[in-house]
Amino acid sequence: MTRLLAYSDALAEATTLAMERDPAVFLMGVGVDDPGGIFGSTTLPHDRFGDARVFDTPISECALTGAAIGAALTGMRPLMVHARCDFLLLTLDQLANHAAKWSYMSGGRLSAPVVVRAVIGRGWGQAAQHSQSVQAALAPFPGMQVIMPATAYDAKGMLLSALTGRWPVVCLEHRWLYGLKDDVPEGFYTVEIGRARTARAGTDATVVALSHMVVEAMKAADVLAKEGIDVEVVDLRSVVPWDRETVCASVRRTGRLVVADTGPRSFGVGAEIAAVVNEELFGELRAPVRRVGLPDVPTPCAPVLEAAFYPGSADLVRTVRALVRGVDHGARGDASAARHDKPFSGAF
Amino acid sequence: MIQQAFSDDELLRGDRAMLLVRRAEERVVRQYAEQNADFARGVQPAHAIKCPTHLSIGQEGAAVGVCQELNVDDVAISTHRCHAHYLAKGGDLRAMMAELFGKSTGCARGKGGSMHLVDPDVGMLGASAIVGGSIPLAVGAALSAQMQGRTRVAVAFFGDGAVEQGVFHESLAFAALRRLPVLFVCENNFYATLSHVEARQPVGIPQRATGLGVASVTADGSDLADVLHAARGAVRRARAGEGPTLIEVRAYRWMSHVGTEPDTGRMKRSAEELALWKDRCPLAVLRVRLAARGVPAATLDAMGTEVDAAVEDAVEFARRSPAPSPEDLFTHLAGEGAPS
Ligand SMILES: Cc1ncc(C[n+]2csc(CCOP(=O)(O)OP(=O)(O)O)c2C)c(N)n1
Ligand SMILES: [Mg+2]
Repeated sequence: MTRLLAYSDALAEATTLAMERDPAVFLMGVGVDDPGGIFGSTTLPHDRFGDARVFDTPISECALTGAAIGAALTGMRPLMVHARCDFLLLTLDQLANHAAKWSYMSGGRLSAPVVVRAVIGRGWGQAAQHSQSVQAALAPFPGMQVIMPATAYDAKGMLLSALTGRWPVVCLEHRWLYGLKDDVPEGFYTVEIGRARTARAGTDATVVALSHMVVEAMKAADVLAKEGIDVEVVDLRSVVPWDRETVCASVRRTGRLVVADTGPRSFGVGAEIAAVVNEELFGELRAPVRRVGLPDVPTPCAPVLEAAFYPGSADLVRTVRALVRGVDHGARGDASAARHDKPFSGAF
Repeated sequence: MIQQAFSDDELLRGDRAMLLVRRAEERVVRQYAEQNADFARGVQPAHAIKCPTHLSIGQEGAAVGVCQELNVDDVAISTHRCHAHYLAKGGDLRAMMAELFGKSTGCARGKGGSMHLVDPDVGMLGASAIVGGSIPLAVGAALSAQMQGRTRVAVAFFGDGAVEQGVFHESLAFAALRRLPVLFVCENNFYATLSHVEARQPVGIPQRATGLGVASVTADGSDLADVLHAARGAVRRARAGEGPTLIEVRAYRWMSHVGTEPDTGRMKRSAEELALWKDRCPLAVLRVRLAARGVPAATLDAMGTEVDAAVEDAVEFARRSPAPSPEDLFTHLAGEGAPS
């Protein structure tokens, strides 16, 4: 029997389950108790557990992240939420210098399993400081994991993995995923962090996609299938650690790779994957590895500029087609973005 | 008089703890001198301390006075200058020396070094070498004590420089808001490296704390009893749910910011200033008092001998201990036995 659940509800359910199972789990962040509940993802736990275990914080993200670490060092399991990734950047000292280092620096005598969720706020003119996708900036700090579930099933299972594991984990969630529904089992289950998921099997090219780009990649694969191009879509799910085996095995079969990232193309996750694939599979590649990601400008506001800024399925179609057929034509930019527009309903 | 509030035994305990810090650090100074002589002769010593060491000689009263008022399950988090806090909290002396020498028997198995001493068994939760980094961590430890319904107290040790960080202000305000059982212990040694506090701060440190809603008190680090008194009051308030306290402990670092030589003559650090503070050496001040109370010199001498032997034993232990193996590079990323 299937049970369709939205991504945001899956996060709320995972949080609630974790809190039921372990009294050490608590949830905090700016606005977690307000009626919107961070896209609805914190409402259920707040209703269930009240202000003692789900609480709003002063707008002091850095200190509260440090406090989360201190709480984790003394037996608690803090879950912190930022309504935007951009706000998480203020906490980089505590994440990179403290959370990621505390276990190693103590020779493993302590660990700081804090979990931090943050939202990639694309769309509706959010502009440069409310839309960033910061996974690559968080990746080079060994000792901390970075996950980007793309489905409701994975959102629940990976958040539960994080809340029961030993690592500090940052979970980045694309705003456009919150409404997507998926078959989500009731009860407790975990999805292992560091394992990619083959979302669609194919033989002609591999698209390794992150977060919302998985949705775009699936659409692109449908379009390309009609042209006779059979695309394999790998949902990376976890950026740190990332699943080299699954990615390399797929590329070994298809000989072609496009990495589709929600973040900047330059110095992005795609660059790392391309480098490793080059090192491992140079002689087996039938075409150069391509990256689809954000151009080297901050996020603009105006709808026309936004559409030109964000790559979408059309870009993936064009890029894969060029790899397979050697031609480059077709649409650029994400013209379908407007479908995510709803009447404006508040700050976030 | 504050001194009268403390028994001979309490003061003797403090004396031993301060002496331990002093002698351990003086031993580090000697080790550096010996190995530097080797290096100068082109000889690689078989065992050496190869990490930046920030000594607390002259400032022992702060760490010892505060930690003596804590229980073993109270927790402390420190800074780059963490030897005194580690030892005063009860950290294992052998494991500290082994850590400085980069050995696998070190308190952090050779992965932390002088700036990251840690001993969770006695509530020493580690040290951050990011100025200000210890402060929110202690707040979090206090938050968890409050959430767990425990009477545990958390202490953040930090220097006068840390007061200039944004996270200091955020952390104190949150601790005040939540009435958290935390002590903010600021060792004001008047310098951040060579920069004098007057060149850096527009208002006094207690004044900042008060402005953020945190009670504050200043103690004289030369007078152990004064620090004990301030700490006792702050710990009592914390355990009673009355919230955080900032204790500014005024003390002077005798050695250079980092390393094992004095730095007099550099910028504002004059020989006169150092001499003034050496006259107020916390150990000497306490010993005068103990003598006046009739504690026999022989008791203190015996203590000195015992402490010296413990320090020497720790250095011997460190020298005998094996270095980590190269494979250890990939362990301990997430607690004990984590996969690499
Ligand atoms: C964020 C940060 N900035 C700069 C430094 C370099 N640094 C190390 S110690 C220090 C001075 C710290 O002074 P204070 O806080 O008074 O502590 P003290 O050394 O006097 O114990 C500085 C600037 C650092 N470690 N961290
Ligand atoms: Mg100082």
